[in-house]
Amino acid sequence: MNTNDQQHPASHPASPESGDAPEKRSNGSGWFILLFFIIGFIGSVLSGWLLFPNMLYSEKEQPIDFNHELHMGVVYEGCQSCHYFRSDGSFSGIPDLYSCSGCHQFVQGTDPEEEKFVNEYVLPNKEVPWLVYSKQPDCVFFSHAAHVKGAGMDCKTCHGDIGHSTHSRPYQENRLTGYSRDIWGYNIARLGEAKHGMRMKMNDCADCHEKETGHKGYCFQCHQ
Amino acid sequence: MKIDRRSFISLGVGVIVGSTLTPVPWKLTDDISIWTQNWPWTPVPKDGPDSYKTSVCTLCPGGCGIRVRKIVDRAVKIDGLPEHPVSQGKLCPLGHSGLQFLYGPSRVKAPMKRVGKRGEGKWQKITWEEAISAVTGKLKELRDEQKPHTVAWVAGDDRGTLPQLIYRFLTAYGSPNFIRPPTVQDAYELAAYLMQGQQGTVGFDIENADHVLSFGTGLFQGWSSPARMLSIYGKMHDNKKFVQIEPRLSDTAAKAHQWVPITPGTEGALALGIAHVMIRESLYNEAFVSKWAFGFEDWTDDSGKRHMGFKNLVLKDYAPEIVAEITSVPKPMIEKLARQFARAKKPIAVSGRGQGHLPGSLDECMAVHALNALAGNINQPGGVSVVAEPDYAKWPEVNIDKTASKGLQNARVDGAGSDQYPNARFLLHRLPEVINSTKGDSPVQALLVSDANPLYTLPDTQATKAALDKIPFLVSFSSFMDETASYSDYILPDHVFLESYSDVPTPPGTVQPVIGLSKPVVRPQYDTRPVGNLVIQMAKAMGSFVEKAFAWKDYQAYLKDALKDHWDQLEKKGFAFIKGPQDIPFTDQFNTTTGKFEFYPSARNNANGKDKDILPNFTKVAIEGESGQLPLILVPYDSIRLAGGEIGNPPFMTKTIDETVLLDQTVFVEINPKTARKMGFFEGDRVRLSTPRGQAEVKLHLYEGVEPGVVAMPRGFGHTAYSKYLTDKGVNFNKLIGPIEDPMSGLNAAWGIRANITKA
Repeated sequence: MNTNDQQHPASHPASPESGDAPEKRSNGSGWFILLFFIIGFIGSVLSGWLLFPNMLYSEKEQPIDFNHELHMGVVYEGCQSCHYFRSDGSFSGIPDLYSCSGCHQFVQGTDPEEEKFVNEYVLPNKEVPWLVYSKQPDCVFFSHAAHVKGAGMDCKTCHGDIGHSTHSRPYQENRLTGYSRDIWGYNIARLGEAKHGMRMKMNDCADCHEKETGHKGYCFQCHQ
Repeated sequence: MKIDRRSFISLGVGVIVGSTLTPVPWKLTDDISIWTQNWPWTPVPKDGPDSYKTSVCTLCPGGCGIRVRKIVDRAVKIDGLPEHPVSQGKLCPLGHSGLQFLYGPSRVKAPMKRVGKRGEGKWQKITWEEAISAVTGKLKELRDEQKPHTVAWVAGDDRGTLPQLIYRFLTAYGSPNFIRPPTVQDAYELAAYLMQGQQGTVGFDIENADHVLSFGTGLFQGWSSPARMLSIYGKMHDNKKFVQIEPRLSDTAAKAHQWVPITPGTEGALALGIAHVMIRESLYNEAFVSKWAFGFEDWTDDSGKRHMGFKNLVLKDYAPEIVAEITSVPKPMIEKLARQFARAKKPIAVSGRGQGHLPGSLDECMAVHALNALAGNINQPGGVSVVAEPDYAKWPEVNIDKTASKGLQNARVDGAGSDQYPNARFLLHRLPEVINSTKGDSPVQALLVSDANPLYTLPDTQATKAALDKIPFLVSFSSFMDETASYSDYILPDHVFLESYSDVPTPPGTVQPVIGLSKPVVRPQYDTRPVGNLVIQMAKAMGSFVEKAFAWKDYQAYLKDALKDHWDQLEKKGFAFIKGPQDIPFTDQFNTTTGKFEFYPSARNNANGKDKDILPNFTKVAIEGESGQLPLILVPYDSIRLAGGEIGNPPFMTKTIDETVLLDQTVFVEINPKTARKMGFFEGDRVRLSTPRGQAEVKLHLYEGVEPGVVAMPRGFGHTAYSKYLTDKGVNFNKLIGPIEDPMSGLNAAWGIRANITKA
């Protein structure tokens, strides 16, 4: 470094004219360079905020358009009629075909979705490949019992008011990870209220835990 | 004004700078990291509904209850069974690694016949019919030649229904050679038989004791039922004190309240020194000794001959200053140990080194047992009890033919029960020497091995190999390609424990009598058959009297028959309680000739009739090698992170081993820094370790926790078979040591061997 610094002042006065020419050239194309920089910058910012979120997710429909509102009207115990705790404390989550076929052994109404459900899944005894909006990676251990029974939380705090939905909304799948857009949240900047219940990244768990219990929790509580 | 290269570079820079103000790089970084977790080519077991099955682990005799989680038909996790009375929901690392035995690469997947030379590893797959007829063909041939007594069967255990079935087969066939590998229970059982006249395993009620004096026993290193001991350690509060007497600062010594270093091999002398102080200071339980013990005081027999009692022997020969000289434990420490032990409310003394792979000296075991008697804790809560063998395995007498009768009249090949070793039941360690020293044909013409791996576990691997070379017909029933299986002529692979039924009798070392039932948790993965079924199928193929001894369709039917009273409960819960010592009145506990606890065991073999040879005494067990050329003493040590017995260490456990124990493929031996400095060695030096029996290349680990002049080596390395995850890692300790016979019992009492280290 030192040797370079010493050479510069020595070489400069030796050719004072030759130094002007490149200066002019750079002045001329300087505007272009700035213009291209601005084009690149603005294009990048715009596409990053507007195009990227839409490109990142593909949209899928649920295999059956499920009407929660309709079912809530005919069951006795609210959410727990289908999403219940087993005797060992584990949570049934998405009901399996067996639970549904108790009522839907045959087509009962006129809804084409019900007919599709009975014909394509109940009769061939095939589980419905539901797309789970709140699905987490295998390395995450989550206990519904601790939250619902222990802390007395409502289903809708995390899952939104899904119990009164009349249609299954499209499942937006992250093309890279395969998980639902709900996990990160619909707003790519993770700003404002989440659209459907709660965002479910690790920091979201930690934030809520810190707020409610005063501590973010230990690694092994969830990563068992 | 021109659009040139620099404009485009500028555009690129603009894009990059701009993107940092968007979520793109941050969101993509997060997504890519998650994407890498879910690569489709990463093997992930299929997902599906989960279920749990209860069973009992049989990887060691500990008999811990297990709960196996399954996803559809694949077992994915083994945990402890919380309601199990022995293990109480705990499980040792070996039990947790159990699935690696089920799905691991070292399994023998079908019956095999050797086609190359022995041990060459060239095998041909055969059908089960071919395999069974090959074995029964050879057995028939030997019977036709009137040599059924040249058949020997080495079975992993002698308790439970499967060993009974094998024993029955050998009896009907005409061989007295049912042999079980040695364990510390040999010494415990013999001591209990001689001093209390009771047959059975010895249980130590450590749960209810408040002062545990351990003579080198690896209480927290896999002794007895490892999960039970971990559970005791977990629940330990200030109300229980552990004192560990051992030449090495082992894991147990480190966890104990007090570690007393001692010259290796002198533990028996210390026990007698402690007895001396207890007697001299009248700290022993006089009520028990005066009412329930025989041979404590001097006595006169029917012929009027005076005999020395335990009291006078100990007072005369084992004063603390004499014992301090032998053991290098200072005199005040001996007195302190004695007073602590005697003044505790419920003291208990335990003997047997490490996990209990070897019986050790009978005298040492009896000396420690005498301490328990002095404390008056025999058959008491918090004390020592003899747990009688369960009586569920009772079957009709076997009718035998003339050939079998003649065969059974022959002496056992291992010498157990002979005039020389009248009290020993099994002496497997003698077998190689017996075979190697016989000129001409080997006394064993056919050897069958199940649940055992003598080529790895027997001392002096070279001699064992030479002995196997002399046996013309070698069959292994191992589920795994272990050392013995890979050296045999035929392999008839057994199911592993998660695939088959078997009963698990009360774990040795525990007091509460309980039977466990190991059940199939998954379908058999390969073309294997349970040994029990094979015994019955072989008997059927043998025909005549042998066939008639087996009225059962298969092993499961036989097991159900044996356990009929308990079967339903065993199926449902996995274990069942049976009658135990607490159900027997105290007055009926001693079945000796005097009906008392015998400090002077009158049933002991007394060829030369000297009182000192009959009483628990200290006779230093010899050590092999000259101290001049071999200045060091090599001792083995056990770790709960290493399977040191017949079963190979699973990769899960190998992963937990410190890099001062095994690094890459080389094992470390521990040496005291003082000794190392004197010999000019440093940490990590690669050296040649030599003993009279063999040599090996090892590395040195300097450790203050081992006595000067002693080098310590872990048991469980140096496998030459199994899979690439185990082969050639470290050195097998058994390669470097030979058996040392306890002169009184014939049991293998070797505790170490002289050794030297030189620059490699």
